[in-house]
Amino acid sequence: MANMDHWVINGFDTHIPWWFLLTVIKGVALFAMLVVLTLFNIWFERRVVSWMQMRIGPNRVGPQGLLQSLADGVKLALKEDIVPENADKPVFWLAPVLSAIPAFLAFAVIPWGPEVSIFGHRTTLQLVDLPIGVLYILAVSSVGIYGIVLAGWSSGSTYPLLGGIRSSAQMISYEIAMGLSFAGVFLYAGTMSTSGIVAAQEQTWYILPLCISGIIYIIAMVGETNRAPFDLPEAEGELVGGFHTEYTSLKFALFFLAEYINLVTVSSLAITMFFGGWRAPWPLSLWSGANQGWYPMIWFLVKLLIFVFVFIWLRGTLPRLRYDQFMKLGWKVLIPVSLVWLLLVAVIRQLKNVGDMDQAHLIPICLGAAALFVLVLVALEVRERNQVSRDRRSRDAAELAREEDLEGLGGGFPVPPMPGQQRAAITPRPLRTPILAVTANGHTPAEEASDGRQ
Amino acid sequence: MGNTGHGETFLFWVGSIISILGALGLIFSKKIVHAALCLCTVMLCLAFFYMAQGAVFLGVVQIVVYTGAVMMLFLFVLMLIGIESQDSLVETIRGQRWLAVPFVLAFGFVLIGVYAHANLPEFVGTDAANAKGGGNVQSLALLLFSRYFWAFEVSSAVLITSATGAMVLTHRERTVPRKSQREISIERFERWGKGEKVSLTGLPNPGVYAQHNAVDTPALLPDGSPSEASVNATLRGRDTVRGFRPLPLPGARRNGAAVASRGDAGNEEVSQ
Repeated sequence: MANMDHWVINGFDTHIPWWFLLTVIKGVALFAMLVVLTLFNIWFERRVVSWMQMRIGPNRVGPQGLLQSLADGVKLALKEDIVPENADKPVFWLAPVLSAIPAFLAFAVIPWGPEVSIFGHRTTLQLVDLPIGVLYILAVSSVGIYGIVLAGWSSGSTYPLLGGIRSSAQMISYEIAMGLSFAGVFLYAGTMSTSGIVAAQEQTWYILPLCISGIIYIIAMVGETNRAPFDLPEAEGELVGGFHTEYTSLKFALFFLAEYINLVTVSSLAITMFFGGWRAPWPLSLWSGANQGWYPMIWFLVKLLIFVFVFIWLRGTLPRLRYDQFMKLGWKVLIPVSLVWLLLVAVIRQLKNVGDMDQAHLIPICLGAAALFVLVLVALEVRERNQVSRDRRSRDAAELAREEDLEGLGGGFPVPPMPGQQRAAITPRPLRTPILAVTANGHTPAEEASDGRQ
Repeated sequence: MGNTGHGETFLFWVGSIISILGALGLIFSKKIVHAALCLCTVMLCLAFFYMAQGAVFLGVVQIVVYTGAVMMLFLFVLMLIGIESQDSLVETIRGQRWLAVPFVLAFGFVLIGVYAHANLPEFVGTDAANAKGGGNVQSLALLLFSRYFWAFEVSSAVLITSATGAMVLTHRERTVPRKSQREISIERFERWGKGEKVSLTGLPNPGVYAQHNAVDTPALLPDGSPSEASVNATLRGRDTVRGFRPLPLPGARRNGAAVASRGDAGNEEVSQ
């Protein structure tokens, strides 16, 4: 029965095991799908943004302009490859590769569908099913940041460097909120494997019980992919093109490819974690065949396109955040909220695990906790506003005091002048031993008397 | 080592060669960023080894924490303190290089001696340990939150203390409270109302032309004269502003036509 395991062509046993062959087929299919999806998404983005801005958009190459990105890709590949003279050549070359490869790798653990039959062999529509699948995606995406940071550094010019620094700060900060939002899902699903999380969402999608985690993840994923309104690393109004300013030709194309594949990857992860993965949405899920065979791939693709549309919608409508506002949002809003939320989730899970907890008890507790949460948020906001008005009042008072205090002798002691305050001229006492002062530290008596002030 | 699989052996040989090359690169590279990258390579190889030996969680955490966060912060600092920073090859302590030779030799002898006398136990693998909790993550969690709970919590307390300490050391009180965007705007309009020369709408962008697109190129006003406000005052002060002869308006007398038609008309300095 060895023939069942090996690939046999016309009775000839090739000794290639089927699992290996299936993995290769799935890997190549995944790669092809990602590249085609990138071409499609670029066209989709341009068309949707044009529609939102009441333009027509690309409509010349192919039906509805569908082949426009293919033509652009060919054009990009045929452009001259310029390497700046100041560039650090090996790193300059390595950076786009480091950015593109992790983008492809991250997709390996995303489940596209349940068990299907390929050439009479049962297999799941997922390249690898790691027990730590979600952490694997985090790890791979953190390697992908290197591409951007190194691109910024190795270009040997200022704007790319600023873009690279911005992107590393941005991605590190938003990865924390992202990881915390994952933790809620891990607690609910009891596993870190992507297929396990999809299996655990058979009854309800996690966006309902873990809505705050879901919202935080969706905000963080936009920050993580450097897309508008969080596209600070490539803010064209401030940094020309950001980290890829100096890149041309195929190297630039690799960055472009990586950005669009990351878009698909984070969307797929959002679907897997919070929107039921490949499971059919509610009215369709009543039909028992909807979650079997190849159909789930359709649901997955539809959800994916909806997510991509939302990304484009955000880009079409929202202005870019200022850098400090962006960091404030990440550190002062997303991280504290997700920490409190995680605590709540952990408590609820523990109560459920203990076992003496039914729906009748759980719902009032959840509502009470949610009310408490909102109350705390409101109280914090009120406190903040009070603080601001108190600050303003004290600032006004301080300004008034400063205006009245013309001599700069705050409280009887000479203090350094505040901004906008003229210090009264003080006639310095002549030094008793001018010669000694000069020999001691090499200053003339006039310099010494002026106290370092010019 | 009878019980390593073919795949694991292959991975070991490939990974160990790469990681040793990375380690050598770390020592011998002259640019500090190259050294950091080599260290990253070594760390990634280490993560692969962990995974190959069945410690999947450890491998991924190695990448997330060390490669993704710690080395990224290192790079961040290196990039901030200087793009061109190369390590100086001048000895700071006299005789350091010659002293290094006996120390390296002694360390090598110690290593060889230890390795020769080491009594290595039989190779066990992680399968039994992983099976105990029903998976790699679960068994690790069981150990971390029972036997090593105290050590785990203490190390996290140390980390939090150091983070707080860093924040305390770098914290600076503002002398004046920060003005909000709204207050700045109100102030600007007040100054404008008092008759001061303030731009309410923000300054105009520099000029964008077919041949020149940079901050030192002034934009042109509707009458064709260069706009002074579109170029930074510092550049104006240094007198390095790229100039344009005022372009003649259609219908106007063409007195500047001879200059404007010259190819490098744009390179003349503005005399304002």
